[in-house]
Amino acid sequence: MSRTSLIVVAIVLAVLLAVPPLLKNYGVYLFSYWLVFVIATMGLNLTIGYAGQKSLGHAAFFGIGAYTVAILMKAGFSFWFGLPVAMLGCFVIGLALGAPALRVQTIYLAFATLGFNTAVWLVMRNEEWLTGGTFGINNIARPSLFGFQLSAALHYYYFVLAMAVLLGALLWKLLSSPWGKAFTALRDNPIRAESLGVNIQAYTLLSFAIGAVYAGIAGALFASLVEFIEPAPFTVGASIMMYLMVVVGGAGYFFGPLLGSAVGVLLPEWLRFAQGWYLFVFGSAVVMLMLWLPDGLLSIPDRIKARRQSREASAARNVAASKIGAAS
Amino acid sequence: MTDFFQLVFSGMATGSIYALAALGFTLLWQASGTINFAQGEFVMLPAFVMIAFATFGAPMPLAFALTCVVAVAILGWAFKRGIADPLLRFGLMPIVVATIGLSIAARNGIRAGYSAEAHPFPSLFADKLFTVAGVNLTLADIGTLVFALALVLGTQAFLARTVTGRAMQAVAQNTESATVLGINVPRMIFYTFAINAVLACAAALLVTPTYLAKFDMGESLGTKAFFAAIIGGFNNSRGALLGGIIVGVSENLAAAYISAAYKDAVALVIFMAVILFKPQGLLGKKVERKV
Repeated sequence: MSRTSLIVVAIVLAVLLAVPPLLKNYGVYLFSYWLVFVIATMGLNLTIGYAGQKSLGHAAFFGIGAYTVAILMKAGFSFWFGLPVAMLGCFVIGLALGAPALRVQTIYLAFATLGFNTAVWLVMRNEEWLTGGTFGINNIARPSLFGFQLSAALHYYYFVLAMAVLLGALLWKLLSSPWGKAFTALRDNPIRAESLGVNIQAYTLLSFAIGAVYAGIAGALFASLVEFIEPAPFTVGASIMMYLMVVVGGAGYFFGPLLGSAVGVLLPEWLRFAQGWYLFVFGSAVVMLMLWLPDGLLSIPDRIKARRQSREASAARNVAASKIGAAS
Repeated sequence: MTDFFQLVFSGMATGSIYALAALGFTLLWQASGTINFAQGEFVMLPAFVMIAFATFGAPMPLAFALTCVVAVAILGWAFKRGIADPLLRFGLMPIVVATIGLSIAARNGIRAGYSAEAHPFPSLFADKLFTVAGVNLTLADIGTLVFALALVLGTQAFLARTVTGRAMQAVAQNTESATVLGINVPRMIFYTFAINAVLACAAALLVTPTYLAKFDMGESLGTKAFFAAIIGGFNNSRGALLGGIIVGVSENLAAAYISAAYKDAVALVIFMAVILFKPQGLLGKKVERKV
């Protein structure tokens, strides 16, 4: 990590630690909500941004994580038992969802995952004996950690923040390992990656499975955060929103999900002043943003750098040209 | 048994409307590589424009014609110039997200600016019932099916038989060789966008009497158009028709014989099976992997 990005990370972390205690309960709730989506979209960023797959089914894993934890907690198990089960479930199902990716690519893959999301959602809505149908599951308790109850909004926020930092660090480690480099090789040119000895089947499946685990953890945290779940937050629309967050933040940029989720979760809240129009403003803003920055918000520094380099290069050329002119 | 035939028939009528939206969708993809996630909203908006023209006293055919003009200008030309052209160079992701943003804006713009209620929409066809061999057919179903079929086949014929249509196909198959042959590529691509807009208007005209004009009517319609396009074959225009009818019929039969709650699941199962076993679609051609 370069020095500037280290400083930026430190500042962001300081803000995340210091600001929430100054906020009212709803503000703390929004911050927690945002971080939950940061975790989920970190996983999606691995799948689509780093490994170059297409996925419009991420909310399904988010939902599987949330429902697994909720159902197990209702059955009397602890959160700390539910979480690993949710992670394992998402990993296995993620491997299975990766299977179509071995056969089809690009838009076909996007629609296959979208279909998977619809199927999961139908089960959540219709299997009342398991999921409570449209009534959902309520009174989901917040977990405790080492005997410390996390039921207060602020305590739970710090717990989610710790999880986000931990998972972010893990992802960072993964991506900077040779293992992680194989994902980007897969994205940039699958055939070249294959000829260099990368097992592209295994990496494709893993990119889905690891992404799914992140979504599952986020889902588990989400269930405890809102304390009530129903099928609505796990629709195809939610998956599309997560995809949007990753691309808006900058797919393939490590900190993209942080900004992208802010756009997807916090921006609509700030736009509340527009009342009935706020989603219209939001949609239009997304279109504008894409037109302005097709590679996402985090491509701004790259753009500035590219512009400075081209300016320096042209200045250097001018100098060289004038020297030649003076010599002749 | 008569029930069965009745269900199949009305399913075909609904399916032919899905086919209209699916056809525009595949045409855009073929000609320019645009994936339009706002396809459902492209059907919803003309429905409201027609209502607006009708409230100003325009008779239905005139309202439809005016709406087509407006749609070609906005959903065709402005959409192409404003969103598709600048973003296509950057690959699939930005255009997908921009059209998602567009669909959110369109849906909520109508909700906030016009109304969140469902509005009735005059039917094109009289309320009449025919009985053929014990099977009851409504005039609306017959008319919808005939009208939609005529449009799909007309588009087909235009693409296959006219010089312009063949030029459009050439652009879809290979943009560079088309340029070399002296085809005006940007204009051909614009024609595809225009055809998509007109097909969306026609779909709106046919579907709104039963679905009612509502800001979120495009949501399910868009998904079904995607399903239809994939099932039939994403790179084949005839496939859209087949796919649309398969989706329409299967959801009707599933609602009656399996369970209304899982009505959408049957189309989904067919769709997943097609993606896994014949990803190019039932009528599509295989595309080889390129380095």
